[in-house]
Amino acid sequence: MNPLLLHRAAKPLLFALCLWPLAWLVYSVLLDQLGANPQEALIRATGDWALRFLVIVLAVTPLRVIARLPALARFRRMLGLNMYFYALLHFLSYSGFDMGFDVADIVQDIIKRPFILVGSLALLLLTPLAATSFNAAIRSLGAKRWQRLHRLVYAVAGLAILHFFWMRAGKNDFAEVAVYAALLALLLGWRLRQWQLKRSLKR
Amino acid sequence: MLIKTPNSGFMHPASSEITSERAYRERRALIKLMATGAAGAALAGWAGREAMAQGLARPGKHAALAAGKTAVAGAMTMDKVTDYKDASTYNNFYEFGTDKSDPAKNAGTLVTSPWTVEVEGLVKKPAKYTLEDLLKLSPQEERIYRLRCVEGWSMVIPWVGYSVAGLIKKVEPLGSAKYVEFITQADPKTMPFVGSRVLEWPYTEALRMDEAMHPLAMLAFGMYGEVMPNQNGAPLRLVVPWKYGFKSGKSIVKIRFTDKEPKTAWNKSAPQEYGFYSNVNPNVDHPRWSQASERRIGEDGLFAKKRKTLMFNGYEAQVGQLYAGMDLKKFF
Repeated sequence: MNPLLLHRAAKPLLFALCLWPLAWLVYSVLLDQLGANPQEALIRATGDWALRFLVIVLAVTPLRVIARLPALARFRRMLGLNMYFYALLHFLSYSGFDMGFDVADIVQDIIKRPFILVGSLALLLLTPLAATSFNAAIRSLGAKRWQRLHRLVYAVAGLAILHFFWMRAGKNDFAEVAVYAALLALLLGWRLRQWQLKRSLKR
Repeated sequence: MLIKTPNSGFMHPASSEITSERAYRERRALIKLMATGAAGAALAGWAGREAMAQGLARPGKHAALAAGKTAVAGAMTMDKVTDYKDASTYNNFYEFGTDKSDPAKNAGTLVTSPWTVEVEGLVKKPAKYTLEDLLKLSPQEERIYRLRCVEGWSMVIPWVGYSVAGLIKKVEPLGSAKYVEFITQADPKTMPFVGSRVLEWPYTEALRMDEAMHPLAMLAFGMYGEVMPNQNGAPLRLVVPWKYGFKSGKSIVKIRFTDKEPKTAWNKSAPQEYGFYSNVNPNVDHPRWSQASERRIGEDGLFAKKRKTLMFNGYEAQVGQLYAGMDLKKFF
């Protein structure tokens, strides 16, 4: 498995896979396949994909350790950046389709509505992570500090699931929320467990 | 539509039912000429409405339901009618699933015949009507109403039916009757999502007596000149155009006259979000989103700007006096 992951084509292939949802959405728009309310469909689909990429990127480290696949680490940055990309598309779709890019309206909406606030905050917290994703940034921050900064993604996971939960709360429709919450809890729980193990080893 | 999906439903071309494009264009051109000509504003308005009515080719999916013209003020909006496909595939009908594409996929199991509607409570003449009785109870009219969903989207739909008042007068409510409750079908055998925890079943809605008596409040048996599709609330539903769409209960089986304000489905589920009145009101936001604007389904493509939501969904001239002196922020 490891040699396969280290193959020259692995990264370009993954990159293409990451862009597949976007390509599919563009195709669906062009062929009018998004139903009666394509704007709403786009806002929801981009949000869904941001959440999915969040789960995927948080699964990289546990998978790497448990399956003993160190080569998986090569893909983490690309997956993380794609999460940011879809989260940004999600925000842009909301800003454009729902708010007509009216900055005053957007600001007011963010202040007024907790679920929008929480979602915007998650995107805001992701921004420094995306901005420090290149090698030079890691070098200049130092690995330790860089890592500490990037732990913000755990907070983002909490905010994202809260955003999704509040969005669905109106319809008491929590089946999908529960699936994502369980996955994120599992992935964060594994980290907590690792941390505890490390601490007890140090003693 | 190039590619058929399960969402498109059953495609049933009945070529004889479809107005030839040439005839359609000629008719439209003629009427447009009249509408834009020097015939004066009144005639232009009339011609515009004619253009609207004649522009509606029957979709050919269900049996035709003949309807005459309406004399009710405000009952023929000039807005462009929503595509039948959108109106019949983008629905909220939680008995068939919470996704808006679910009802069109799942409502095929609904059994609409035989169908009876029980009228009970504070009336002189309680009765059990068959659907056939109800269809003939009052002349069927075509009315083109705006429909504003509480979720922030809207459509324009040509309904077929008559004023609820027609039925109310027949059953002679007692003086003590202050509210009318509409109870809808809740059959877990034919409605797969009855029993889901989203709402309490059966779905019930209610109007104040004077609201129910308003000529714009309608019992609809069809749309687009045809019998009501299951996913839109067959065989009969309520249509109250100045209120958010969820007030217009679908597949009604019981109408009850009461002296106390009935508990309604969404109000029970989330009282802070959905009030009893639920009049369309751009000045009173939903806690989770603004109600000041709406997306008209199918209008001008992906980047169309949302339109401003109108007070009472544009029916203020007709229904405003029902709420004179009421604090609509409190009674939302």
